[in-house]
Amino acid sequence: MAKRDGTSTFPESRQPEEPSELLRELVAHLRQNRTQLREEWVVRITETRLLTAMTKEEIFAEATSVYDSYVEALETEAFEALQAYARNLSERIIPRGVETHEVVGIVLLLRDVLARSLFAKYQTDFKKLNRILDAYEPAANRIANTVAVGFVQERERVIRQQQEAIRELSTPVLQVRERLLILPIIGVIDPQRARQLTEQLLRGIRTNRAKVVVIDITGVAAMDVTVANHLVQTVEASRLLGATVIVTGLSPEIAQTLVTIGVDLGKMNTVGDLQGGIEQAERLLGYKVETLAEPR
Amino acid sequence: MEVPILKQGAVLIATFQAALSDADLNQLRMGLVQQVVRFRSRAVIVDVTAMDVMDSFASRTLREIAHMIRLRGAETVIVGIQPEVAFAMVQLGLTLEGVATALDLEEGLAYLNEKFKTTN
Repeated sequence: MAKRDGTSTFPESRQPEEPSELLRELVAHLRQNRTQLREEWVVRITETRLLTAMTKEEIFAEATSVYDSYVEALETEAFEALQAYARNLSERIIPRGVETHEVVGIVLLLRDVLARSLFAKYQTDFKKLNRILDAYEPAANRIANTVAVGFVQERERVIRQQQEAIRELSTPVLQVRERLLILPIIGVIDPQRARQLTEQLLRGIRTNRAKVVVIDITGVAAMDVTVANHLVQTVEASRLLGATVIVTGLSPEIAQTLVTIGVDLGKMNTVGDLQGGIEQAERLLGYKVETLAEPR
Repeated sequence: MEVPILKQGAVLIATFQAALSDADLNQLRMGLVQQVVRFRSRAVIVDVTAMDVMDSFASRTLREIAHMIRLRGAETVIVGIQPEVAFAMVQLGLTLEGVATALDLEEGLAYLNEKFKTTN
């Protein structure tokens, strides 16, 4: 879209290059000036106070590999490889406490540093500069995008892994007397964990031939309606196996949730605390606890 | 498919097989009540250990059996519901409300013994 004007203060450009030629040209420039550009980038990173969780040496090491991967992605347009690299990098730096905004930030800084360098090189040939930028910008944007997405995907993978670990912190089903089981539940219950607990409990009832189960939820701060319904279902399913369930340790919030969802409290046996629950269970089972004379 | 019904004193024990058709269930409903009348039984234990799935028709039939038998003055206990089946049932809202349940045959008989003792 250049204006044709009679005078020409710029050297005439040749026949416009192919985009791929342009890319090769700018990649060559970025490689040639690698040391200096990388250094400039690291300075900018420090100035903007990014990656504060990492030491200078670490930043330098990572910066080198990121720079090289960036330039390679520009050259080869192999974005899957870049995404794999990004996930790999993320796996290393997430445990170091690096956040999403930092990763996005440093990639954008690199983008700027390289763009400025291109401006500087081609400033005398405006038309060429435009063509170079036309080649550079889409690729650079895609790189920034790919790295950010790779980072976020890795974070999500870590979160899923942690959730799985939490779920597997198996809640033991404990037999404290003949025919009496206790299920102490602690922490956050999501529907999946609730389901797992129920299955574990039902199998425990069958294996231990339990007639009474005390489910203690003192350690559960809150429960949404789905999980509360699950609790009710657990009580009903236990009954089908011939076991009575006593629920203990309901917090005021959970009591509110149960009332709100209209739980038929006639169907649910509840006692204030675990001790009370065990005492009632013992009564149901016909146990009597006596204090013996003081041992000498 | 014939469901075997055994007599153990004043108790009848019906053992369900794995796959009972709706027709089988209907037949059983009448058959059990007739046996209760014939033997003047005081209780019926329905053992569903072999059932790996319980649909709403089966569940409703069991409740009807229990109600009909209660009208003859006898008690019904369902025993042997498997954990997976129990879980599936409550999710479908089939709770067998109003019907006594026990873990297995032994528990079912123990429950009835207790009951007969206290009501005698």
